[in-house]
Amino acid sequence: MIQVIAFYLFAALTIAAGAFTILSRNPVNSVLWLIVAFFNAAGLMVLCGAEFIAMLLVIVYVGAVAVLFLFVVMMLDIDFATLRAGFIRNFPLGMLLALVILGELVIGVGAYRTGALELGTADGTAAPAPGASNIEAIGALLYSKYLFLFEAAGIVLLVAMVGAIVLTHRQRGGVRGQDVARQIARRPDEATVNVKPEVGKGVQL
Amino acid sequence: MTEFFQTLGMTYEWAWFTSTIAGILLIALPLMLAVAMIIYVDRKIWAAMALRRGPNVVGPLGLLQSFADGLKVFLQETIIPSASNKALFLLAPIITFTVALMAWAVIPFNSGAILADINVGLLYVLAISSLGVYGTVIAGWSSNSKYPFFSAMRASAQMISYEVSIGFILICVVLWAGTFNMNGIVLAQKGHVLGLFNGFVFNPLLFPMWVMFLISGMAETQRAPFDLTEAESELVAGYQTEYSSMSFALYWLGEYANVLLMCALNATLFWGGWLPPLDLPVLYLIPGWLWLFIKIFFFFFVFSWVKATVPRYRYDQLMRLGWKVFLPVSLLFVVVVSGYLMATGHFGGHSA
Repeated sequence: MIQVIAFYLFAALTIAAGAFTILSRNPVNSVLWLIVAFFNAAGLMVLCGAEFIAMLLVIVYVGAVAVLFLFVVMMLDIDFATLRAGFIRNFPLGMLLALVILGELVIGVGAYRTGALELGTADGTAAPAPGASNIEAIGALLYSKYLFLFEAAGIVLLVAMVGAIVLTHRQRGGVRGQDVARQIARRPDEATVNVKPEVGKGVQL
Repeated sequence: MTEFFQTLGMTYEWAWFTSTIAGILLIALPLMLAVAMIIYVDRKIWAAMALRRGPNVVGPLGLLQSFADGLKVFLQETIIPSASNKALFLLAPIITFTVALMAWAVIPFNSGAILADINVGLLYVLAISSLGVYGTVIAGWSSNSKYPFFSAMRASAQMISYEVSIGFILICVVLWAGTFNMNGIVLAQKGHVLGLFNGFVFNPLLFPMWVMFLISGMAETQRAPFDLTEAESELVAGYQTEYSSMSFALYWLGEYANVLLMCALNATLFWGGWLPPLDLPVLYLIPGWLWLFIKIFFFFFVFSWVKATVPRYRYDQLMRLGWKVFLPVSLLFVVVVSGYLMATGHFGGHSA
């Protein structure tokens, strides 16, 4: 009973939030609705027993990706008229994307209908028992059967990160940065001089 | 508690529902009282370090000061700036306050005394703590005012920066405990060093992790010396500038609830949680929740102590500490800890 209530609550809120993401006029509101959608999707994940994925969804998407979205959208000085003007021009592209996603959904459901995935370990033994916790099951698969794919994904991300840093890094001259090691290494006797000037004479520094 | 409600004639589902609601109230209401009292404690400690008396008028020893303050803000008028985005302006303090309460669901107060004994407990804490930034950012944006907006940008950069190193620190803890379950992490610390000391902090490889976790926790909760989001000499009151009355009080309560949560996480992850510090039978006579409260109070004292003594960081120093010091060191320790565990065949919390 409670499961059913929770499912319909999360599902309805996900769809509603998704709709509001598209429909709201203010981009900041759109991002916030997107966050609500992520949250309810995480709730649905918990309901189907994938608590690890749910937590990752919240940590990665809500905690990092959406913050960046929000950051960008808040700082933009948005002119709504120009935003609307591009709608007709970009409409075919949007429709194409929507069709691709629809096709993926159909293929996904079709593949699911043909039978469950055979998730086994590298040495040919059976998949981890359903009783094992999410993290153990995913880890056992990821670091055995899909080890090379996993590491390849890691390398792709590393290259992307290095690329992003190289593209945005710039050397600026004339910046007086703080050299903490030099500051700490400084001692009173090398930083100060004790002078006793004669009366009426200045000090040469 | 579910069994108790089942004996009252409820079905399992409704008994579970009722007992969960009761558990939430059992945690949230004392927590609110604790927050009120800890604000008083904070002011007293701060005053003592500055050789002042602190609050001493309302009630005996000034103990009722927080309640008087609460009553005062409750009776004040809520002012909503006319240029603000009203819905988000009112939503922001609610988010901060709610998020500050949510993470307490996975803190074990005693053996088995935990509201949600889930096997991704630590990830849940990470997920919830990554939400804390929204209360600040939304407040800064919806106020439609310059200082709060600056503060919101500072807050988001600061919290994201320190979350990265907190993540790596927690990975070290998880590697050693072999579980994400909070109660499991506490139990893994029983007799951790020489079979006598309860707590990862006594482990030479994890002690530096604890120091970094404590400092990152201060940055994450925006306490002094990392309170750049509300640096009064630069930003008036930061993101709270436009807030008044109860909406301001919600920020206050949420902030202190977050500080208490950080203290509880310090105690749970590194100092053995509800276990006594030494694995001696006589120490187990003192109930576990009392040990946890003692530890939380000790860490809160440390937080206050730092607040009273350390000057505020400059923003570039804050970023440098997060990205150039904590991130590489914590990453190095992930490698060192996992290498050590691999070499000793201790991997996964149980000797393989």
